[in-house]
Amino acid sequence: MAKLILSMDGLVLKEIPLSKERTTIGRKPHNDIQIDNLAVSGEHAVIVTILADSFLEDLGSTNGTFVNGKTVKKHFLQSNDVIELGKYKLKYISEALPGAAKAADFEKTMVLRPGAMRKPPEPQPHAAAGAPHGHVDTMPTGIGHAAGAPAAAGAPKTHDDTQIGMAAAPAAPVRRAMLQLLSGANAGKELELTKPLTTLGKPGVQVAVITRRPQGFFITHVEGANKPIVNGKPIELQAHALNDHDIIELAGVKVEFFFKP
Amino acid sequence: MDLSQVLETASHTDPGMVRSHNEDSIASIVEKGLVVLADGMGGYNAGEVASGMATTVITTELRQLLEDHPPHEVDPQSGQKAAMKMLQEQVAKANTSIYQASQSQPQYAGMGTTLVVALFYDNKMMVAHIGDSRLYRMRGDEFGQVTKDHSLLQEQIDAGMLTKEQAKHSSNKNLVTRALGIDPAVEAEIHEYDTQPGDVYLLCSDGLSDMVSDEDIGMALQALGANLNLAAQQLVQMANDNGGRDNVSVILIKILREYPAGQGLASKIFGWFR
Repeated sequence: MAKLILSMDGLVLKEIPLSKERTTIGRKPHNDIQIDNLAVSGEHAVIVTILADSFLEDLGSTNGTFVNGKTVKKHFLQSNDVIELGKYKLKYISEALPGAAKAADFEKTMVLRPGAMRKPPEPQPHAAAGAPHGHVDTMPTGIGHAAGAPAAAGAPKTHDDTQIGMAAAPAAPVRRAMLQLLSGANAGKELELTKPLTTLGKPGVQVAVITRRPQGFFITHVEGANKPIVNGKPIELQAHALNDHDIIELAGVKVEFFFKP
Repeated sequence: MDLSQVLETASHTDPGMVRSHNEDSIASIVEKGLVVLADGMGGYNAGEVASGMATTVITTELRQLLEDHPPHEVDPQSGQKAAMKMLQEQVAKANTSIYQASQSQPQYAGMGTTLVVALFYDNKMMVAHIGDSRLYRMRGDEFGQVTKDHSLLQEQIDAGMLTKEQAKHSSNKNLVTRALGIDPAVEAEIHEYDTQPGDVYLLCSDGLSDMVSDEDIGMALQALGANLNLAAQQLVQMANDNGGRDNVSVILIKILREYPAGQGLASKIFGWFR
């Protein structure tokens, strides 16, 4: 999310995330950003945020709104723009990671209609500032026919390829873990927990599952009247985090959980 | 016919790890054998509005219709099952409502939603879908996708431009070619399938299928099929553990026993021997 950093005479006063569609700036208390200074009008300016883009608009203030030293009526904010109101400065910072911002936007489901993407993307500031709603890719207005659309649509988006691929890859847990059977016919047998889910027990009698998550390993009760016992105590209904050398009892079998050295 | 003793259901929906609000919407009327899932799109809360309208319109309208019309009856003129006609009409109605709202209110301009609906009756289910929300089936050891996405990616696969393997790494995952509420009219893809006791059906938004491989989804259902609530939570958790970049919604339905239509003893016996 984009944010503003409010400062005066080089002193940072506040960080304000642009979480709303309209963020108002002015001297009166009902504004989202209140600046109690006589050089600031009651309702001085507003920032309209649409998806990742923010637009600054002066609301007819007495002393004007300046961006990077120039007076503006309406302005498409770029990262690091400095908005000046009287002695106060508001620095606009768009998402910290430009790549991440794009990827997040990109994951939004969008409708593709025949011919929609044939127009090459226009230079952002003008296209966006002119028609903020048009920037939302869901309402394409182009005309054309279906045949050419797929190839053309694919092209402008490919740059995010690697990022998406990486994001979709399962996050690996920090350590590898094993189970060793301590009782029953297979006592002594070991099993490495390589799968995201490993079920233990007998279907219809008692079943528990060990899930491998980025935060570690967890055991959860699945079915059966009795809950699995960890270190002598039955676990609750929710997932129970496993620690090194925990002893699990389930369907009459004892199992030790331990991390691979 | 009350199906709440025949169908076991569980559902879970979560905004995910990145998005601040949930644009997915789910609804069900278990006793009528109806489940609906929609994944909305559009700026600000318009996506939620679109998906919410879709699930509300379809469940309220079908609740009434199913009171009066048995879904398994065949219309003598068209030769179609009543279920097919009902779904067609109600999807069209939902489309019109969303389209009109988006036309009349500027803040909703361009909103739309994907949709997947399953209606169970007479040992069968009628599935209607639009966009990239999916229905999967687990039967015994087999797990697979039943619906075919209306997406650019699927079109590319069909055209032979991409293999399934390449598709996994494609950047076009999120471009749907059909959605509810975008155009004045839309055609849902509707098919009928036979069901069997023991089958588990999964309806999900792309927040699950994009983040978790089909293989892992199948594994979770195999492992946790005995506890549907836990399975639903586990699927959402897996999507979130993998990054949770989108809203995640799942509905699970397990067929507990046969549910043939018809009240007569003869038809019941016939049902046992099918």
